[in-house]
Amino acid sequence: MQGAFAEHVRALEKAGARTRLIRTQEDLEGVDGIVLPGGESTTMTMLMERVGLLEPLRDAIQRGLATLATCAGMIVLARDITDGMGGQRGLGLLDVGVRRNGYGRQVDSFEAQLHIDGLDGKTFPGVFIRAPLVERTGDVEVIASYDHHPVAVRQGRIVALCFHPELSGDLRLHREFVRMAGAKN
Amino acid sequence: MAERNGARNGNGSVKGSFKVKAGLAQMLKGGVIMDVVTPEHARIAQDAGACAVMALERVPADIRREGGVARMSDPDLIKSIMVAVTIPVMAKCRIGHFVEAQVLEALGIDYIDESEVLTPADEENHIDKHPFKVPFVCGCRDLGEATRRIAEGAAMIRTKGEAGTGNVVEAVRHARAVNAGIRKLQGMNHAELVREAKQIGAPVEVLAECQKLGRLPVVNFAAGGIATPADAALMMQLGVDGVFVGSGIFKSEDPLKRAKAIVAATTYFDKPDMIAEVSAGLGEAMRGLEIPAIPKDELLAARGW
Repeated sequence: MQGAFAEHVRALEKAGARTRLIRTQEDLEGVDGIVLPGGESTTMTMLMERVGLLEPLRDAIQRGLATLATCAGMIVLARDITDGMGGQRGLGLLDVGVRRNGYGRQVDSFEAQLHIDGLDGKTFPGVFIRAPLVERTGDVEVIASYDHHPVAVRQGRIVALCFHPELSGDLRLHREFVRMAGAKN
Repeated sequence: MAERNGARNGNGSVKGSFKVKAGLAQMLKGGVIMDVVTPEHARIAQDAGACAVMALERVPADIRREGGVARMSDPDLIKSIMVAVTIPVMAKCRIGHFVEAQVLEALGIDYIDESEVLTPADEENHIDKHPFKVPFVCGCRDLGEATRRIAEGAAMIRTKGEAGTGNVVEAVRHARAVNAGIRKLQGMNHAELVREAKQIGAPVEVLAECQKLGRLPVVNFAAGGIATPADAALMMQLGVDGVFVGSGIFKSEDPLKRAKAIVAATTYFDKPDMIAEVSAGLGEAMRGLEIPAIPKDELLAARGW
């Protein structure tokens, strides 16, 4: 659609996956997992509505398609969005409430070392760019926090991150995702 | 001022590093950045799916028509646009005018365009962009110019095209020139690369990175003259990462419809059926100018060094 898809493609292929860009309903056929990348959530949602991709995508994720959502991708998945564009709706599948640009504007974008559950104890370089702030969590497992707010959550076969592993050069989260997508649901 | 690699905070986080500056441009990829002159325009652009807006007092077509010195916009106007939308807001400063850039940074703008569309403030030097926390985008006509801007700290590049003309011919020329410049590097050994750097006035380190990657090391958009969905798709097929549309939207008959169509054509740039569908019934495009009809000293692309 729009956003940092090329960086995810590179990271996933290095992690041993075969990839395909998904821009239409037909592209969804036969994939084991999907990445909802960073970008502008308003742009992505508008385009997906326009070409009729929003509903098929929602169905596929509900049926257990492995999903990695980063930054704007997390916003697209979230149940509640504050400070979004008037009436902004997404997929509403992930039980969190997020505030768009909750960490501030671009001048407040930052890098920080994160402790993520299940990643061999070593810290992960978190790159936060106009990142969403997770203000409420429901039925999800928080796997990393920063400054008293969750920055990584898991819900079934969905992993959603406020930061950008595809820009960090660290492949561990992409490897985990490829492993999860390859496992049967 | 912040150090080159960003400012370190008490809690161990780092703000304004080159990674987060260039990273925002990565998030804009595949998208359309639209020039807007009012909060109302900005909302239309956002509704149409723009991935960012450029806040301006006058679109380039009006700057061209009215003449005079074109400067940074009024901070009140910029602030009113920043509160109107949730997508990133960019603003322009004059080439070399580092105080206008400091003002824009103080306003909390998301990206600064050091732009030839405004009247240059320095005819020899561009801004040293490294000390700023806010990222910069700069225009280029060829690989030498692009790599010089990157060496000065630009976190994003755009082709200059010829702004305010509604004529895509110069944008095509500049995008092809950058592509050709990079293709030429393939197969060169280091000595030849150093010679090429000298020939085109490029910093060797940046040029070596272009050779290694087979592309510019930062995101590269097209700008200057894009007026139709097909223009946007043309630039995308020439290999740019996204497009800026200046006068082309709000100088047309039905801006919302045209803006939506250009956004769709940028995503589906390689699907002619889709481009045909969105191009239908858009009403009049902006009128446009033939480049030879413009006096040489009024060509904006020649500004910048």
